[in-house]
Amino acid sequence: MRAQIVPRVVTKLFIPFVLMFALYVQFHGDYGPGGGFQAGVTLAAAIILYALIFGLPNARRVMPPWLVEAMIALGVLIFGAVGVAGMLRGEEFLDYSVLSADAVAGQHLGILLVEAGVCVTVAGVMLMIFYLFAGRGRRPS
Amino acid sequence: MMAITAVTIARLRNLFAVVVLSTLYSFLMATVLVVLDAVDVALTEAAVGAGISTVLLLGTLYLTRSEEAVPVHRAWLPFGVALVVGGLLAFGTLGLPEFGRPDSDIHQHVAPRYLEQGKAETGVPNIVTAVLASYRGFDTLGETTVIFTAGVGIILLLRRSRSDESDRPTDRRDGS
Repeated sequence: MRAQIVPRVVTKLFIPFVLMFALYVQFHGDYGPGGGFQAGVTLAAAIILYALIFGLPNARRVMPPWLVEAMIALGVLIFGAVGVAGMLRGEEFLDYSVLSADAVAGQHLGILLVEAGVCVTVAGVMLMIFYLFAGRGRRPS
Repeated sequence: MMAITAVTIARLRNLFAVVVLSTLYSFLMATVLVVLDAVDVALTEAAVGAGISTVLLLGTLYLTRSEEAVPVHRAWLPFGVALVVGGLLAFGTLGLPEFGRPDSDIHQHVAPRYLEQGKAETGVPNIVTAVLASYRGFDTLGETTVIFTAGVGIILLLRRSRSDESDRPTDRRDGS
């Protein structure tokens, strides 16, 4: 696959748009369809596409496995931290209203942060699964 | 069309064709979800079902053979069980309220409050996001934890085969 020029060029053209769409789905999830999960999957799909065309070693250079592993834990931590932040401000766990001076703005901020957490974890897990599956066949056995 | 795809998937023995057809099935499913106005779910179905699962299935196919073994006997009992369960489920749907009826039970509980107060309370126009992240934040945290656990499980299972080879000599020395 690496020698063929058409898939390489088309992929290079496509990946920025896929990444852009992932970010759009992430941050526009409040207004249109989408949210953290969908954004995370799209993000992972972009990297997987890159890995398919340009080879796994190159993809591992773009997203090193240690970073992907850290992302898996980081997302859950972000989610939990937002919940605890609500608690520290004297409300219930995962009550976002107190994150900002205005309750509605606090909700907005909380949802955005929580969705970011979901996105990071989902992208990490999807990429990790792909890395581990794709890495197996390449081993001499 | 989805039924045709499903039957073809069940009958085919070439696994590569099965993977491609299941992608087609996912896209059809996503289209149905768009028609039902569940765009969020459709997006997920298209990305996960048609995108990432296909890549993972193809990756698995690369590790195994691409022809399914012919079964030694015809599986009549599972077929019967599937027919009975499917029949019961179809019978169960007869008891459900009509699709989209506004006065059915599911639309009487908390849904009206979410729809009426959601915009004012969270400032988020997309009610799906508001319910998922805010009203049902605890559930979503659980969901994220499930994904996290799945990822950790996969790492533990598949990493082991790699570290086994380097660990084995030390293990043997410990054992003897």
